[in-house]
Amino acid sequence: MVSYIIKRSLLSIPLLVIISFLTFGLNNLSPLDPVEVILHAQGVPTITDELIVETKAALGMDRPFLIRYLNWFVSCLQLDFGNSYVTGKTVWSLLAPAFLNTLKLTLISAAAIIALSIGLGVISALREGKMTDKSIRGVSFFLTSMPPYWLAALMVWYFSVQLDLLPTSGMDSYESYILPVIVITISYTGIYFRMVRSSMLSNMNEDYVLYGRASGLPEKKITMHILRNSLQVAISVFCMAIPIILGSTVVVENIFAWPGLGTLSVKSILSRDFPIIQAYVLVLAMAFVLFNTVSDIINAAMNPKLRKGH
Amino acid sequence: MAILEVANLKIWDSQTGKVIVPGSSFHVKQGSCLAIVGESGSGKSLTCRAIMRLNKTGIRQSGDILFNGVNLTELPEKDMRKRRGKQLCMILQNGMRAFDPSCVVGVHLRETLACHFGWGREEITAKMKRAMESVMLKDPIAVMNMYPHQLSGGMLQRIMIALTLVLEPAIVIADEPTTALDTISQFEVVEQFIQLREKMGCSMIFISHDLGIVRKIADDVLVMKDGEIVDRGTSQIIFSEAAHEYTRYLVSSKQALNDHFKRLMGGVSLVER
Amino acid sequence: MKRLQFLLKDKLAAASLSILVVTIVAGIFAPLFAPHDPEEVHMELRYAASSWEYLLGNDHLGRCILSRLIFGIRPSVLWVLAALAVSVGIGAILGFIAGYFRGLTDAVVMRICDVMLSFPGYVMTLAVIGILGVGLENILIAFVLMKWAWFTRIIRTSVMQYAESDYVKFSKVLGVSDIKIITKHMVPVSLPDIAVIASSSFGSMILQLSGFSFLGLGIQAPNAEWGMMLNEAREVMFSKPEFMLAPGLTIIVVVSAINFLSDALQVALDPKLLASKYKLQGQGPASTARLQGKEVA
Repeated sequence: MVSYIIKRSLLSIPLLVIISFLTFGLNNLSPLDPVEVILHAQGVPTITDELIVETKAALGMDRPFLIRYLNWFVSCLQLDFGNSYVTGKTVWSLLAPAFLNTLKLTLISAAAIIALSIGLGVISALREGKMTDKSIRGVSFFLTSMPPYWLAALMVWYFSVQLDLLPTSGMDSYESYILPVIVITISYTGIYFRMVRSSMLSNMNEDYVLYGRASGLPEKKITMHILRNSLQVAISVFCMAIPIILGSTVVVENIFAWPGLGTLSVKSILSRDFPIIQAYVLVLAMAFVLFNTVSDIINAAMNPKLRKGH
Repeated sequence: MAILEVANLKIWDSQTGKVIVPGSSFHVKQGSCLAIVGESGSGKSLTCRAIMRLNKTGIRQSGDILFNGVNLTELPEKDMRKRRGKQLCMILQNGMRAFDPSCVVGVHLRETLACHFGWGREEITAKMKRAMESVMLKDPIAVMNMYPHQLSGGMLQRIMIALTLVLEPAIVIADEPTTALDTISQFEVVEQFIQLREKMGCSMIFISHDLGIVRKIADDVLVMKDGEIVDRGTSQIIFSEAAHEYTRYLVSSKQALNDHFKRLMGGVSLVER
Repeated sequence: MKRLQFLLKDKLAAASLSILVVTIVAGIFAPLFAPHDPEEVHMELRYAASSWEYLLGNDHLGRCILSRLIFGIRPSVLWVLAALAVSVGIGAILGFIAGYFRGLTDAVVMRICDVMLSFPGYVMTLAVIGILGVGLENILIAFVLMKWAWFTRIIRTSVMQYAESDYVKFSKVLGVSDIKIITKHMVPVSLPDIAVIASSSFGSMILQLSGFSFLGLGIQAPNAEWGMMLNEAREVMFSKPEFMLAPGLTIIVVVSAINFLSDALQVALDPKLLASKYKLQGQGPASTARLQGKEVA
């Protein structure tokens, strides 16, 4: 097991290096010259070619691509992602708090999604074909087809404006969490609920269920066995839900003016603040790879076949 | 005296309305072994599951199943569950899939015995150990702590037989217990089935399409084709003077194969176990 | 043919299919269907309620909402469909090559896919918009960039399973050329799988595109696009929330129809599911659900 963890972790290192290279390389594909963007942002009235060359040299941007990449990579390892073109602040000072805010939102939503989709998936599978199952599936189908931002707008209109119960935006109190969490939960539960349900159903057709029944085991015990096997598959998928949500709160954050990664990234895109975009992409891709590794390891730890069969 | 009597058993699919078994009647004598033979899809397994009342929800059944004079079809589910395992015990075809893949096999054994007898962990381990040794499983304690995928199909089949030995049911229903095994394991497992009958004197329903094994183990034989019982009789009669053309066809094709095999192997019969 | 009939027997699936066909036709021939010019401003009709002339009323610039919805089909649905087709095309070509020839090509293609798939989808799209700038075409480029690897991987798995089948091996032994085997034997059997995979992505892509437009990262004014229309309605959300309804409901109806059709397609094309239709209707097998779960990225 230990050797598997080490092997799996080592495997992700080349991937991380490739990702960092791509992230850096992507920015050089931009049709805009970053120096011009900086000068614009700094409010320089007339941009002369001379000024561009000067700034380039000052920022070390005239050096060869590989050297610049290596410099960037090394400083990234020290959590120094450079400075924002627009505000001049360090990227880290903008990114870190935003990341934390998004993480809070993500973890709460992920917990709600996991609890709901397991609960509903199990109920629905056990009542397969009955009214309960049909209505849960119908509602979840409808909710997954709904644009999340539309749902968010409707909820703000109803709960915040009509009933004046909850804040419309910001992150001031625990009440601010309610609407964003509900919207994220609704838009993702449908997908995970389906997975839990069909995994339960396929396990219910397995021979071990038949043998358990034929041995006279009570239904409760049999259900526990089905649940155990179904969730084994589900755990690695749930693990990946966290980075996926982390990267897709963009729309919801913008509607609720949540001071997180989504708001920051859209703002940076609109102002073409490359260092922030770069760091944003890098951090989330890293999180993705990291969670993928962890999910593989958990999967191996849970599954006796992988655990002892090397 | 018949321990199990099945009368007018009809099995159909409630969704498509398709009748799978139109109406079969047969009985199992006390202490004897009834073999049900036939091609796959002939309704053998469904018949057995119908006796246990374990067919999937879409599959419906009607008719009477009398077990020791009690009509199983009229029992409440709770009473039926108490009889499963304890009085009617089932052994499945694929040992690999019959045990929960995420638990060691001991879990199923313990849960089953605890729910029928209320024994503690030590008592179960001791009893299982004895039973497993008697079916030639070496190092039973270690085996109980292994996952299904770490054991061979033959070993898992013998674990199921060992569990049956401890449960001491009145009737054992074995659904193609040797089909998924290689020839050597088949031989060992069949030996254990014969000994199981000798030790417990229980009745047995043995489903198979392997006539060689059936000939060795069964007292009576039912031949099923497309859900209908086309032939029945004691195993000597079936193998020597079958009444139905289909039975003769099954026996002769088996014979032809066997003869061909014997010729190839230079007269040594391996198939005829 | 039998499968198609089966699909159409399912009333909801037939309804979904007709909704989709009507949407696509209306989108292609938008100028014929739209009662007005979608960009024609009538300041005197600002926020007008629905009337006989303007069935769904007018927006904040007095433009005809119905016409804008119809013209909005083009970017919201048709262009997404085009991006989907391109990425499925790339995925199919690479998937067939990797899955059929295996070996080194396969290894290289799969490693590239691994790298591509390790970028979460939303983040990738944001990155592309960030670099290339705001605009519909950049979102579409991002879609192709992030989806092709996903399709390649699934199509390869599907192809591999057929490449192992006996009749393909038999054809190889007979010396039939690879290209002929692929076009004659592999493509027809893989098509259903590809259709199911592609259709299951379509709905989520429409939702994502409209989401980006809603944030102002997509198509630019004055063009009509559903997410964009919602963005404009958002400004007056508190005083005139009814303006959120028309575009929102349109998206829901179209996406539901696509999702429903995708599920029905899956059931119709999979004989295993066909046999147990009553059990699995509107519900894919575990593996598909699992894949979809990962694909949300």
